[in-house]
Amino acid sequence: MAVTAHVAETTARTLADHLPILLVLVPFCTAPLIVLFGSRRLAWPLAFIASLAAFVIAFLLLLTVREGNFVSYTLGGWAPPLGIEYRVDAANAFVLLLISGIGAITLPFAYVSVKDEVRKRDHTLFYAAWMLCLTGLLGMVVTGDAFNVFVFLEISSLSTYVLVAQGAARDRRALTAAYDYLIMGTIGATFFVIGLGMLYMATGTLNLADLADRIADQGANRTVRSGFAFIIVGMGLKVAMFPLHLWLPKAYTFAPSAVSVLLSATATKAAIYVVLRFTFSVYNPNFSFTTNTLEIIFAPLAIIAMFSASFVAVFQTNFKRMLAYSSIAQVGYILLGIAFLSETGLTAAILHIFNHGITKALLFMGAGALVLRTGGSFYTQAAGLGRKMPITCGAFVIGGLSLIGVPGTAGFLSKFLLVQAALEKAADNAMYLAVAVAIVLSSLLSVVYVWRAIEVLFLQEPDPNSTATEAPLMMLIPMWILAAAVIWFGFSTDFLYDTANQAALGLLDGSKGMLPAAILGGAQ
Amino acid sequence: MIYQHLILRVVTKMLVGTIILFALYVQFHGDFSPGGGFQAGVIMSVAFIIYGIVFGLRTVKKVYPEWLVHKTMALGVLIFAGTGIASMIMGYDFLDYDALSPDDPVAGQHLGLLIIEFGVGVTVTGVMVAIYYAFAGRNPSISDKDW
Amino acid sequence: MSQFLNFQFLAGHAHYLLFILLMMTGLFIVVDKTNLVKKIVGLNIFQVSVFMFYVSIGKVNGGTAPIFPMDAKYHVDKEAMIGVAYSNPLPHVLILTAIVVGIATTSLGLALIVRIRESFDTIDEEDILSIELQMTYDDNRKYGDAMGGLS
Repeated sequence: MAVTAHVAETTARTLADHLPILLVLVPFCTAPLIVLFGSRRLAWPLAFIASLAAFVIAFLLLLTVREGNFVSYTLGGWAPPLGIEYRVDAANAFVLLLISGIGAITLPFAYVSVKDEVRKRDHTLFYAAWMLCLTGLLGMVVTGDAFNVFVFLEISSLSTYVLVAQGAARDRRALTAAYDYLIMGTIGATFFVIGLGMLYMATGTLNLADLADRIADQGANRTVRSGFAFIIVGMGLKVAMFPLHLWLPKAYTFAPSAVSVLLSATATKAAIYVVLRFTFSVYNPNFSFTTNTLEIIFAPLAIIAMFSASFVAVFQTNFKRMLAYSSIAQVGYILLGIAFLSETGLTAAILHIFNHGITKALLFMGAGALVLRTGGSFYTQAAGLGRKMPITCGAFVIGGLSLIGVPGTAGFLSKFLLVQAALEKAADNAMYLAVAVAIVLSSLLSVVYVWRAIEVLFLQEPDPNSTATEAPLMMLIPMWILAAAVIWFGFSTDFLYDTANQAALGLLDGSKGMLPAAILGGAQ
Repeated sequence: MIYQHLILRVVTKMLVGTIILFALYVQFHGDFSPGGGFQAGVIMSVAFIIYGIVFGLRTVKKVYPEWLVHKTMALGVLIFAGTGIASMIMGYDFLDYDALSPDDPVAGQHLGLLIIEFGVGVTVTGVMVAIYYAFAGRNPSISDKDW
Repeated sequence: MSQFLNFQFLAGHAHYLLFILLMMTGLFIVVDKTNLVKKIVGLNIFQVSVFMFYVSIGKVNGGTAPIFPMDAKYHVDKEAMIGVAYSNPLPHVLILTAIVVGIATTSLGLALIVRIRESFDTIDEEDILSIELQMTYDDNRKYGDAMGGLS
């Protein structure tokens, strides 16, 4: 049996065939290289080159799978379902583009910010941990094997705990924030493993496509259902689903600014992708317990998150803490889009994953520039800086507008689609009309806290003793690239909308979209 | 201080060599008995750690200095990834050990597993010793005299 | 419900009860104890129960250890394999990975505790929370003007 499962190696491989594994391999090999060379001067250039390479690979992968096909790569030549396979389709490639893009664009920002906030002797290991975090996030999204998801999840989580703890050079509360994050994150990952064990007990396989087929054959017995519950709760902790979000405010506030940028834009999004993959592709969306979970658990919790987190964000006096609570609210929007279980809702959710990623990265970069120039991120420290640092605060305002969902920015399309999906469902069930109203009301709340930040920056008198000048160029260029992307994606929405729609269709197809490569032919 | 604990010192000197030998045995007999990279790495690191506990951190750092510990951690990972990249260069998939000996695939699988387990063993040794150095190297809040 | 009175069912599934007991003990320790090191110990107990759960999945009735029998020259002895049942080795491999992850998490948690001890002078969660509350009050007093300041 072992010999026949081995794929014939007669087909010559080109570099293009190896793209899925290269995406993970490039950052994964850079981390030990950075440690091996041990030189602080080489650490940043190596990291930057690796993340640029990862971004290019992710872009090429997205171009390949945009039409609705998928790319499958078998590790070690062992064909699935026996071997580990990496499987990229439209949903995958979209999230991969976001993660690698944010990873690449944050590094020039991090060059300045890390020099200011992290101890000099930790820089080499800091960039090595950054590379490992990127590896884990990319691997979590690209893989098609369930236990591989857990392995990469833990790789990214452990490096995240290390990166968050680096903020201790500035504020010792970063240590307790990292510790709390460690405890809660490990419990979440262990719950995920328990759910996976139950799935393995019921089906005997770990390949996502094969799991989908075998679960569809079995129907909904108790093992499969409890596995689903454990997986959703476990990943829900990583997604910062209300009420499992308690680690997020402290971790984002006290981490170094560059780490906040990376985490806010990528960590929760990769976990949301895993939830999407398990809910729609592995567990068929027609299972009643899937529908029940989404309607009864996801939707109410998402609405509570949207309101309560936005409400708390209004009363914050610290930029990073306000943005952290805002992240919890935006994750609520994404989960609400998933809970609608319709094509429009799912497209809105996937689109919001991308839009929120670039918006939050832009906003946290602005906060990081303020930390660089004023030594802290409190509102009173940043009063009136809009006149002394106009370019930085201009980019911050664009990010704020996108967070609210003003037409012309990237955030508008996803919020619009979300309301449209709610109205579509309101035709059958009148309660969804209240949901649509709730979405609009919580967007009004986000206007309040974004306006508070803008008022502090532009409408207050600056401290006459402050020596703040414009942020350095290495910080301004990434910020304005992201701001330009936000505006461009607000006006020319075709690329994003088509890809997100394709991803949503692929996910809603359920198990059909995940047939094992061997059956579809091609000794890939 | 080093003239106390005579029994511990003598027994440790006798045991360290045996532990390292046993670690190498466990490393390379992973195919035939329980063993493999991770277990062997932990046993190998125990040799250095017990030497460090009995004879002092400075003494063990003369044998296995801290910069070497960090380099071995990175080196092991690169050995593992390097095997995979070698098979990619030969035209096969990542980590397809048939590439290492195209005429006899079974021998290739054998060789590939040996190499990657060696990489894992090297890394795990480095990591465990690094953890010990990190914890033991902190300045204690109570000095040894006050214990 | 009559399932639970069936002795064979109980005997066959008793080990799941033990795993759940251990799992909940670990989780309770994480939540209840205020000493940071004890929380890490509780996390370890929680993870160990999951490992045992996985390994118990792999056991085949009457199966022996999944290692090829070797003859004197270290070649695989194909005749000795006929008719022998082997336990499933896949869960064992998964657990090896998970054990390594658990060790990394434990060592990282303990390193964080050492740094917390050096910064805060205590490793009791309630004391740390009161110290941080005091720090937040001080921050609000210094920078809280945006909210009208703390009185």
